[in-house]
This record gives sequence, structure tokens and C-alpha cells, in this order.
Amino acid sequence: MQSSNHLPITRRGLLAAGAASASATMVARTAQAQAQDAARSPDTAAGGPPLTTVTLQVNGKTQRLALDTRTTLLDALREHLHLTGTKKGCDHGQCGACTVIVDGQRINSCLTLAVMHEGGAVTTIEGLGTPERLHPLQAAFVKHDGFQCGYCTPGQICSAAGVLDEIAKGVPSHVSEDLNAKPMFSAAELRERMSGNICRCGAYSNIVDAITEVAGGTGAKA
Amino acid sequence: MKSFTYQRVNSTDDALAQAQRVPGAKFIAGGTNLLDLMKLEIETPAHLVDLNGLGLKAIEATPEGGLRIGALVSNTQLAADMRVRRDYGVLSRALLAGASGQLRNKASTAGNLLQRTRCPYFYDTNQACNKRQPGSGCAAIGGVSKQLAVVGTSDACIATHPSDMAVAMRVLDASVETLRPDGTRRVIPIAELHRLPGATPQVETALASGELITAVTLPGPVGGTHIYHKVRDRASYAFAVVSVAAIVQRDGSGRVALGGVAPRPWRMEGADALMPRGAKAVADALFADARPTVHNAFKLPLAERTLAATFAQART
Repeated sequence: MQSSNHLPITRRGLLAAGAASASATMVARTAQAQAQDAARSPDTAAGGPPLTTVTLQVNGKTQRLALDTRTTLLDALREHLHLTGTKKGCDHGQCGACTVIVDGQRINSCLTLAVMHEGGAVTTIEGLGTPERLHPLQAAFVKHDGFQCGYCTPGQICSAAGVLDEIAKGVPSHVSEDLNAKPMFSAAELRERMSGNICRCGAYSNIVDAITEVAGGTGAKA
Repeated sequence: MKSFTYQRVNSTDDALAQAQRVPGAKFIAGGTNLLDLMKLEIETPAHLVDLNGLGLKAIEATPEGGLRIGALVSNTQLAADMRVRRDYGVLSRALLAGASGQLRNKASTAGNLLQRTRCPYFYDTNQACNKRQPGSGCAAIGGVSKQLAVVGTSDACIATHPSDMAVAMRVLDASVETLRPDGTRRVIPIAELHRLPGATPQVETALASGELITAVTLPGPVGGTHIYHKVRDRASYAFAVVSVAAIVQRDGSGRVALGGVAPRPWRMEGADALMPRGAKAVADALFADARPTVHNAFKLPLAERTLAATFAQART
């Protein structure tokens, strides 16, 4: 992979990251990472690990990447596209911090290879809403204080978007009483369906309140 | 993770050929278990054959009145299918009791059957494990074995099969359709898919090298009350300590299989016949050859009580 092919992609990633966060330090770090990527490229071309190209639609933008086949979707988003909203927690599918929405379904981006998603549509926390125009779930998490340190929050919000969609589509859960009935939103349903997202600060009750408000139900505290 | 080459395939012929062409090739579907193990270098494929372009995502009625489930049907899709919910409730319940929403969206039907054990000594590459490194010994025997198997084990391995779905598939008498490396089709009854460890715990299934699962077929519905009762250390997102998959008819007859206790879904047709006599009779038959450890002997009474709770629920 020549660096001349690699640079424009990275620059688009840089612009996207810059738009998502007004942080100057973020831009500086990203520029540094970009320089490192460019410096590494000739090495990878000469007898390095196998590269495969993949085209992803990330938050509505086409991204063409040449990746070491080992690159998880999570690392492609964070390290190559510099969309660092998606977090690496356990890197083994146990914590849910890396949850993103791919082709309409929430998945753990740490447990899938980027090259397995040719043509796939990926929505990350940066694509759900913007600082100026928050997604209703983002606004509700702020309103209900659905976090403490905030590290699990992007995964919680992407997962919650998936949960609301799955309930709307009639996907039952472990706590649904009647398998043959359309599942209804409840705090018990929510807690079961969100069990793949761990919050070590223990903000669960506020997370339930935030998602419940968006679902149109009454808050657990109401 | 060890580096590997990668190939997407669009036909089963191509998948079989790719798997033959490169030594150390492996199929990948959902990848939720395989990639986890590759990160730990417990699995080190030289070549990955990505099956996701094969289709195999349909759930179709069979002429015999059952369902044919494509190998790549996701756990979510299968659990949510209205026919499965109506006629094979134990399968839907077992799927929904397993993993998390994110994992169920990605995990495939065939991959669920082929997932590896979660024995902590298999996962810890500093420990002896005959499954991971044949001949190295078993650190689980004499180790912390609370979660491990009580029956069907050997002196070489006491790992459990972790799947919930497979326990329901066993009670439903599912069949696994495969393509051998030479392209010929065969059907493996679910009872014969998973092997007991014996002296070769690294050989986990009846599949030949390079053999590809294409579908799992369910026979016609058998009616009855379908229950999957899973006991675990927390209320959600944990592997079974003990689980019971049961189909109970009005007269108290039926079928039952256990999860979390053995290297494969644990069912004995002789134990099914004892269901009208109650949980103790069934548990005694299922555990006649049990060899629990000091840490997991509690699973025997726990399984009996879970059976009792399951049969009581069926009567309500």
C-alpha cells in the first residue's frame, strides 16, 4: 500500500474527527497518528502482514481502507478512521463499550474483523448525533446523568438504539413472558436487553431512566 | 493475534476448495468465539475463509413439516422467528438465555454449535490443557472446577460444552447438514455431532477437517410445553451452571436434556422415559455415571432441583 493512496483517506478521517469534536488536542493527536501511519506504510508494503482492502460506509461516508487482515472493526474505527468515540474496554466481547450499529444491528466491534464488512453501513456514536444536534438518546443520557466516567457511554447509547429497534421489530427477550406476544417496553425488558453493556461506575438506574424516557415510557423513578 | 490471509467466498464449492487449498485454514461466520480465541492465540488459523457471502440465512419449512435453518442464520433471527417461537419454544428460550444482544446479532447457528469450551484452563495458555495442547495434561482436574463437567468426562478433560442453543437442539432431535471436503452431502444427528473427550479431548465433533455445516434441520413440531430453565451466577449474560431443556406433554411424559454438566448436551432417552416418575428418577438416570469433583458435586442436587422446578412449571 503506497502512502500516496493512504494519506487522503486519513485526511478525511481527520476532518470527520475534527467535526465531531472541537478539541484542539484531539486534532493534534490525530495529525500525529496520521504521520505515523504514513511512515509505517512502506514497511507494511515490503513483506509485512497480509493486507486486504475494504470499503465501509461509516456514518454515511465512504471509507476505503487497506488493512492488516487482523484489524478488528473497532481498531479500524479508532486507529485508522480516528473515530475514537467507540471505546475499547475488554476487547473480548464481555463489556459492550465497543458497541456500534452495523447494517442496522448492534454488534461488538471488537469481535469482528473490518474486512468482513465489505460495503457495510457502520454507525458509531459520532454518527448518531452531533454536539449541536444530539440524538434523543444522547440528550436523555445527559439529562438523566446516565454516566459517571463516561467510558461505557458510547457503547451504552449505541446499544440502547439497537434495543429500541429490536423491541419495535418484535424480537423477544429472556424475560418476555409470552413468546408469541409482541414484546413491550419495560424496565425489566431493558435491563435484560442491555446486559451486554457493563457500567463499572454503576450508573444503571440513570441509564434505565434515560432510555425509558426516549422509549416513551415512565421513568423507573417516576 | 497471529497473522493470516483472508478470503471471502460466494459459493460452497469455493469455500470447500479454499479450506483444502491452504493448510491451517478455518471457516469464519459470526466470528464471536473464533476471534476471541485468535486474540489469545489459542486458535491460530493461517487462512480465514469468510462464509458470510454464502447466503444460508433462510429458515424454510421442510416437506416433512419441520424447519431447515441455514447455517448463517443469526441467533437473534432464529430466536425471533415466529414459527420457532410457536412450535419450538424451547429453542427460542435457550437462544435468548445465551450471550448478549450484541453477540446474538452476530453469532451464527452453525458457529453456536461449534463454539469452544469456556473452561478457564483452556483459556489460560500458561496452564496444561489436553484440548488446547494434546498430551500436556489437564490443570482443571484438581484445579478450581466449580463451573466444569460432572458427567461424560475423562481423565484427560472435564470441560463443558457452553452452548444453550445446542441443548435445545438436542431435545428437539435436530440434524446437522454438512458438505464434506469432496462436496458430498451428509446428515449428522445432533446426538452424534459432539464427541465425548475420552483420550482425545482436542477432537470435539464428528466433522472431518474442511467439512462445512450448511444447515440445521428440525423435525416436525411435537407439541407439549417447552421450557428452558437456566441457572447461572447472575441473572443475565452468564454461562449456565446447570440448565434444563424440556418438552413436557400433558400426561407428564416428554424429553429432557441438560446443559452445563457435560462435554455435550446431556440427554439419555432412558431418562426421558422416567419423567412421569419425577425429577429424582430422571436425575439418577442422567447422573448414573457421574464423576463430579469436590468443587462441582453440588451440580447433581442442583440439576435435580432444576428438573423439579421445570416439571412443576410445566404443570402450571
